[in-house]
Amino acid sequence: MSVTVRVPTQLRTLTAGRGEIEVEGATVGEALKALDAAHAGFAERLFDDTGNLRRFVNVFLADEDVRFLDGLETPVSAGQTVSIVPAVAGG
Amino acid sequence: MNYVTGLRCRECGRQYPAEALHVCDFCFGPLEVNYDYERIAAVVSPERIAQGPRTIWRYADLLPVEDATPVDLGAGFTPLVRADRLAAELGLGELWIKDDTANPTGSFKDRVVSVALTKARQLGFKVAACASTGNLANSVAAHAARAGMASIVLIPEDLEEAKVTMTAVYGGTVVAVRGSYDDVNRLCAELGSENPSWAFVNVNIRTYYAEGSKTLAFEVAEQLGWRAPDHVVVPIASGSQLTKVAKGFAELVEVGLIDESHVRVSGAQAQGCSPVATAFQNGADAIAPVRPDTIAKSLSIGNPADGWYALEAIRRSGGSCAAVTDDEILDGIGLLARTEGIFAETAGGVTIATLAKLAAAGEVRRDECVVALVTGHGLKTVQALSGTVGPTVTIDPSLGDFDAALGDELSKVAR
Repeated sequence: MSVTVRVPTQLRTLTAGRGEIEVEGATVGEALKALDAAHAGFAERLFDDTGNLRRFVNVFLADEDVRFLDGLETPVSAGQTVSIVPAVAGG
Repeated sequence: MNYVTGLRCRECGRQYPAEALHVCDFCFGPLEVNYDYERIAAVVSPERIAQGPRTIWRYADLLPVEDATPVDLGAGFTPLVRADRLAAELGLGELWIKDDTANPTGSFKDRVVSVALTKARQLGFKVAACASTGNLANSVAAHAARAGMASIVLIPEDLEEAKVTMTAVYGGTVVAVRGSYDDVNRLCAELGSENPSWAFVNVNIRTYYAEGSKTLAFEVAEQLGWRAPDHVVVPIASGSQLTKVAKGFAELVEVGLIDESHVRVSGAQAQGCSPVATAFQNGADAIAPVRPDTIAKSLSIGNPADGWYALEAIRRSGGSCAAVTDDEILDGIGLLARTEGIFAETAGGVTIATLAKLAAAGEVRRDECVVALVTGHGLKTVQALSGTVGPTVTIDPSLGDFDAALGDELSKVAR
């Protein structure tokens, strides 16, 4: 399943400045792991020691926060966009 | 004189220069402004502060930006009102209302925006932007006009009409987004990534912006004669204000302006958007996001950026956190207006109703000096009261009609 991952500015040092990366994966978690395999450094930034998303990392599938879905287990379909967005904003 | 030593990630401790940065590149943790408190302690004093302007800028030594002519509409130094009649109703003793409805655009947001745009201008930004539940929109549009900056304000499309008008009148760009505040916020986080030349006050300038809320603590302490209250009740949206109020009191001790502070900090939320109160009551360590559904739109953040830190500040201080229904919010607005003559927006209703609830539960005590933060003016959310208040009667212009309609009513009040 080919999906697009949108990378925020803060992490574009890992992607040579690219804001969108195509990866393969059947779930949100798999897509993010594939991103780390292609561009090392994502996993340690996105996941804590237990493998869960860090407290200040928000991940969206299309327009939905994955915490309202099945988290990293949420299935993705071809052509969907997974966005990584810093949680510290607003208020 | 500026005493900022840099920025530091609250999560992993990585250090950054004092630039337009708000999250840690490594772990996405929020960046916090660090100060040289020893040097501040050497210069700061109640006398020096008393000589300053009657605005937040009297506390410039403890703010993250120094400017002889800040972007300023006169935010801060709002009344601290002794609220004996409200206290009597709630069974409390020494109760004060921090009346932030008195700010230039009618909410505490003027504090944070004045700091944010002063810093943004210093960093060379020409465009001010924000994601807002309304009060921030009003304030950013007004302060940008004051500073001669362009403004781009993004709001959820279902905001109260008054808040939209009070933003649009300043002539900036107002973008109504079909979605919730959390949707708007996410859009702004992404827009900020793509438009680094815009000063999003609550995104890339957030580190500085949030510091403005400390002035609530500074003012309360100064207005109480340089002492901390025993308990402060703060509404929670993103959780930033509560976190910074706690930080403000701690800083006053750090620089020697007050001897000690044992202030308990309690949080107030609407039941229709209570992720922090829910986590507090469940003893949880993580904040589960929610989809807001309440009349308290200015507090409708289902995914609060500083929710975790607010929770931590509440627990560390021995405070509490509770949530109230929309009906209780309306009752809170009415109670404050009726007893103290202060007309608060729905967020103020949340604070007062939560105060009442915590007082009834014995969590806010009669022997405490209590301060409740009322952070926005009632005219902004007058729609919420629609149908709940109005004329006592409608009559023809004749004495006979007046007496017939009001005779009984008037016999109940002192003449």
